[in-house]
Amino acid sequence: MATDEEQGTAESARPLQTDIPGTASVEPDDDTPVTQPALPELSESLGEYIRVVAKRIRSGESGVLPVLGGLILLVIIFQVQDSVFLSAGNLVNLLVQGSVFVLLGMAEIWVLVLGEIDLSVGYVAGIGGTVMAILSTTHGLPWWVAILGAIASTAVIGAVWGTLVIRLRLPSFVVTLAGLLGMEGVLLYLVNANGTGGTIRITDPVLIDIANGNLSTVAGWIVMIVSVALVGGVIFFRDRHRRMSGLVAPPLVISVLKIVVIAAAGIALVLVCNTDRGALIPVQGVPYVVLVVLGVLGVWTFLLGRTRFGRYLYAIGNNAEAARRAGISLGWNKQWAFTLTGLTAGIAGVVYASRLGSISNNIDGGTLVLYAVASAVIGGASLFGGRGKMVYALLGGLVIATIYNGMGLLGLAASYQYMVTALVLVAAVTIDSLARRGRTTGD
Amino acid sequence: MSVVTEGRATGGPDGSTGPLLSLRGISKHFGPVHALNDVDLDVPPGQITALVGDNGAGKSVLIKTIAGIWAPTSGTISWEGRPVEIRTPREADNLGIATVYQDLALCDNLDIVQNMFLGHEDLTHRLLDETRMELTARQTLTDLSVTTVQSVRQLVGSLSGGQRQSVAVARAVMRDARLVIMDEPTAALGVSQTAQVLDLIHTLGARGITVIVISHNLNDVFEVADRLAVLYLGRLVSSGSIDEYDRQRAVELITTGRSADDEPAGPATTDREG
Repeated sequence: MATDEEQGTAESARPLQTDIPGTASVEPDDDTPVTQPALPELSESLGEYIRVVAKRIRSGESGVLPVLGGLILLVIIFQVQDSVFLSAGNLVNLLVQGSVFVLLGMAEIWVLVLGEIDLSVGYVAGIGGTVMAILSTTHGLPWWVAILGAIASTAVIGAVWGTLVIRLRLPSFVVTLAGLLGMEGVLLYLVNANGTGGTIRITDPVLIDIANGNLSTVAGWIVMIVSVALVGGVIFFRDRHRRMSGLVAPPLVISVLKIVVIAAAGIALVLVCNTDRGALIPVQGVPYVVLVVLGVLGVWTFLLGRTRFGRYLYAIGNNAEAARRAGISLGWNKQWAFTLTGLTAGIAGVVYASRLGSISNNIDGGTLVLYAVASAVIGGASLFGGRGKMVYALLGGLVIATIYNGMGLLGLAASYQYMVTALVLVAAVTIDSLARRGRTTGD
Repeated sequence: MSVVTEGRATGGPDGSTGPLLSLRGISKHFGPVHALNDVDLDVPPGQITALVGDNGAGKSVLIKTIAGIWAPTSGTISWEGRPVEIRTPREADNLGIATVYQDLALCDNLDIVQNMFLGHEDLTHRLLDETRMELTARQTLTDLSVTTVQSVRQLVGSLSGGQRQSVAVARAVMRDARLVIMDEPTAALGVSQTAQVLDLIHTLGARGITVIVISHNLNDVFEVADRLAVLYLGRLVSSGSIDEYDRQRAVELITTGRSADDEPAGPATTDREG
């Protein structure tokens, strides 16, 4: 995961005046002052590479490092307080707990990049879970129909918000605030009409397994090896392509190092998950939900980073007028961003309902959406648009899940959890703000 | 696709071709306000035309008409002798007219390559082809002798004013613009930055790209322009080769709409150089 960030800094070129044949005639004599120290170049040698990366971090382009550092700090604190924290059982539990926050955070990233916000994702996720439960339990449809129905309905809801924001030029804050209230009403209506005693139970074993089932230990290894090979191959061949095209690319050592780190993370994940964590009967294996989260992360990162659509969202989020003049359709792109927010919220709802084994009318969608926004912002996304990556939601969501889980282990009341989460949120925004101040004033 | 070809430079000087852009009787009214009145202007290919005038003279209205921001109330626009209608920026783009507005329309959160290709990204298998775009962007900047940016992967937000102007112009040139319109390119720039931008305009001219530059700064105008066109209260009061003007006459035309050297100011005089 961390590679996405490193790769951003790695895509750099050497100064223009060098190494392009036939252009030696540019005279740097009288009036070509280099006005300000630009960001340093990435160079071929390993030592230089590390120095340059360090300099970039100091100048404010710290990327995911602050949140990664914070996460490690939290883990250390909780482990010191209670040695159960780093046990396999608890870590897997933490991943499952965090999955909903991470998915909702990724839903939020789509609109945050545009400089918009969606306050309704919590209850929209609830609608997703409810639709799935109704289709599966009430109507007895196959599990995949239930999931598709859930995701389609939340995508449509997201599309409706988008249409209201774009066609009627309403602020997304207000549209989705109305959405938050309205969807809570719809949720109550659906659950009360279809359930008993304010809940709809989920009985389909496949749907239950999404958040509660595990891959077999062998399958876990196979999936991990295939994924690492895939991601590693992409990194290796892209860096090689850049080197061969005469563009500056990270040294081979760095490419290999990235792949080694990814492989190590994958191995660690599978090792932890494959440890028997059952009390009475053996429970082991990578939870399916981890695959769901990583799959969504991979596809969304790809869409945001490698396609025109993703590029245009960043452009619109930073300077909508510039994007419009470049011939980019603001309406079409925004429409899809809102739709993807709804769709991703639907996936979160499916996971949420699966984990609880039921959907009830007392879902706290208001708190969920605040956690969703907090995940994205703690990870490093900007509420003002133009900045944010899917991996930010993963890291931010893990931070929140760690606090939630760790404080629960210590037996601290919910009151403390909220207060600590608040402090972390403020700290994250402060670090970001300080880093950016560093960037504007130089070093 | 890539950069300006040599061939284009020959279009202008050999005299066989007419003006690249020709405006006849262009008027633009905003309700009761007559922002442009019956403007006739010829822009010969391969030359740098400076459009000057006081605030409110209609310079911006005129270039926005050419750039397709809005249609003129009346009058005709000809491109290479053929009458055309330019209703949207996209249509101007398709003709080869690129406008670099004062605010430059750059995205600070994207790097130089991403900004240069914004809206026209190179794709391979429907995915962004970063390598190809980076090579093209570097080549274009090199061709324009833009040497002050260290890396084309720098965020545009970290660039100086002159560098930002260079990126905006390079974007236009890379898309094979034949006419580049620059709105106050040196406003708000320091001395060395201004020199950078003027160099850039010279380079464009030397590559046979036609340039219309709006400026308040007569120093800059006399330094780069081949031709001058003066707007006064929505009318084109004078236009011609820069040699026909000196600073004194230009100032008179800008501030009063007439000059002592002139015959009584007619609405438009064009192409005295014949």
